[in-house]
Amino acid sequence: MTVSLTLDHVSASYGRTRVLEDLSLEVGAGELVSLLGASGCGKTTTLRLVAGFLTPDAGTIRLGERDLTRLPAHARDIGLVFQTYALFPHLTVLDNVAFGLKQRGLGRAARRAQAGEMIERVGLTGFADRYPANLSGGQRQRVALARALVIDPPLLMFDEPLSNLDAKLRVDMRVEIRRLQRANGTTALYVTHDQEEAFSISDRVAIMDAGRIMQLDAPEVLYSKPANAFVADFVGFETLIPMRAVAEAGDAVRVEMEGGATLDLPRAQWTVPGQEMIFAARPDGLVVAREGEGIPARLGLRTYLGRAYQYRCETAAGEVSANGPLSQPMEPGETAVLIPNPEQCCLLPASNA
Amino acid sequence: MRRRIHPALAAFAVVTFLFLLGPLIIIVGTSLSDTVFLAFPPQGLTLRWFENAFEISAFRRTMWTSFTLAVLGTALSLLIGIPAAYAMARYRIQLPRFLGTIFVLPVLVPEIVLGFALMKSVATGLDTPIYTTLLVGHALLVLPYCVRVVGASLAQFDFSIEEAAVSLGCPRWKAFLTVVLPNIQGGVIAAFVLAFITSLNDVSISIFLTGPGVSTLPIQLLAHMEQFFDPTIASVSVLLMFVTVAVMALVERTLGLTFLAK
Repeated sequence: MTVSLTLDHVSASYGRTRVLEDLSLEVGAGELVSLLGASGCGKTTTLRLVAGFLTPDAGTIRLGERDLTRLPAHARDIGLVFQTYALFPHLTVLDNVAFGLKQRGLGRAARRAQAGEMIERVGLTGFADRYPANLSGGQRQRVALARALVIDPPLLMFDEPLSNLDAKLRVDMRVEIRRLQRANGTTALYVTHDQEEAFSISDRVAIMDAGRIMQLDAPEVLYSKPANAFVADFVGFETLIPMRAVAEAGDAVRVEMEGGATLDLPRAQWTVPGQEMIFAARPDGLVVAREGEGIPARLGLRTYLGRAYQYRCETAAGEVSANGPLSQPMEPGETAVLIPNPEQCCLLPASNA
Repeated sequence: MRRRIHPALAAFAVVTFLFLLGPLIIIVGTSLSDTVFLAFPPQGLTLRWFENAFEISAFRRTMWTSFTLAVLGTALSLLIGIPAAYAMARYRIQLPRFLGTIFVLPVLVPEIVLGFALMKSVATGLDTPIYTTLLVGHALLVLPYCVRVVGASLAQFDFSIEEAAVSLGCPRWKAFLTVVLPNIQGGVIAAFVLAFITSLNDVSISIFLTGPGVSTLPIQLLAHMEQFFDPTIASVSVLLMFVTVAVMALVERTLGLTFLAK
């Protein structure tokens, strides 16, 4: 049975500090949603609210038809995987995995059989009688995963589960987590500060800042069409230039920047002439050329990146970074134009700057 | 290559050990002396003073009182101390800092003051039975050890382990018993031993709280000494020493092994 998780206008605080501000979120049945953000953005708080370790000031949390908001943590039926693995040091791998089954009143033989099966599924055959202290980090996290999965919870939650593993193992484990979550069709909430991890594992990612969700979308959408300056900056749009729409024509919009230079860009749904907006570009989103339609600039410091040259460029809107082809090196002090590459740039509403 | 030890350092070590162990050796020797007065070196060897210690009913009675007092007092203190230590470790951020200090106060206040205060407030103020007063006094005396030692154990404990148990369907109180307690076992045992020994050997609190009919072994020892200055005193001291060392050795064994396994 797969169900969806719904957070409805949830607020939470530690003492007098508000850490979550009117947050709403829906994780569809069988979907994996990541909460991504810097530490202190409220992602772990959100997870702890759902787990029942914190109580919200306002709002409701539902899992399918069940209202979890006031339910004690032990009655919520949620599989949790922790950053520190949180295995029971005094129990063997088998007893660790069987712990949840024991709480559910399963007989000794049945829970040993089920736990043994799950231990095999996570690839730890032969480790059942070891103690956590005698396992590597990766093995411990597999035990933690097995322990959470074996109770067949309607919701799985992960709190930075890979942060304590080395880089190679991290990639293996996240593939493993995704595989098991997909196979079981379990709804999952995944907390991480690692963008690559979040994007690679999730159906959708919620980018959070200061207790609010800044954007919740599929990774591809977040990456190519950030909804605001915060998300744009987060996914690598380094250059942000204020602009104003001056005219529309079909699929294109003409925007004007300080100093009067204009650019023709693919139109976003919400653009209307006269509107203030922000032009956002990755380093490859502005290409340095001797001539063409673009932003006039005077070139500054040039650095060699291997695949391209990067220039610091003086424009009417301030200093920006742009890349130029290796075939045409240009010198500091030359004048040039910066031509937008539509694949690597986008327009954002100005209100959220 | 053997490290050379400076002769002065060696001499200093020997003197220190003599200073620490000398009195103990003298007491053991005296307790075996076949004289009616305390004599060292012992003149003749006998165990009759040990026999005597068990024959005098006051000693037998107070041995039992001291033992039950140490066990019950420590148990009572752990019953308060473990939850207190747990709360202070678990809710370190939310709870005020001075709580930790409050629980070590009995160590900071001179024991004699504590004893006198208890006599004034509990024994005469509330008119409680002597044994009950002693029990309260001893529990209070050993509370700091319980809170501190168990607290040190809990400081090493990752509370997400407890949360994991709760998330798997284990109610909070049960998670404490089945997951937290087994993992701070070493600390609880160490606290018990420290507290037990402290209570068993306590004089300064007991002296205020004992009364007609109820006394502890160390207090009885003092009383006996005032009347008979014979080697029974030494033999009782050796017995006290022996129990202390035995308990210590036992725990060093068991705890030493668990600590190695970690």
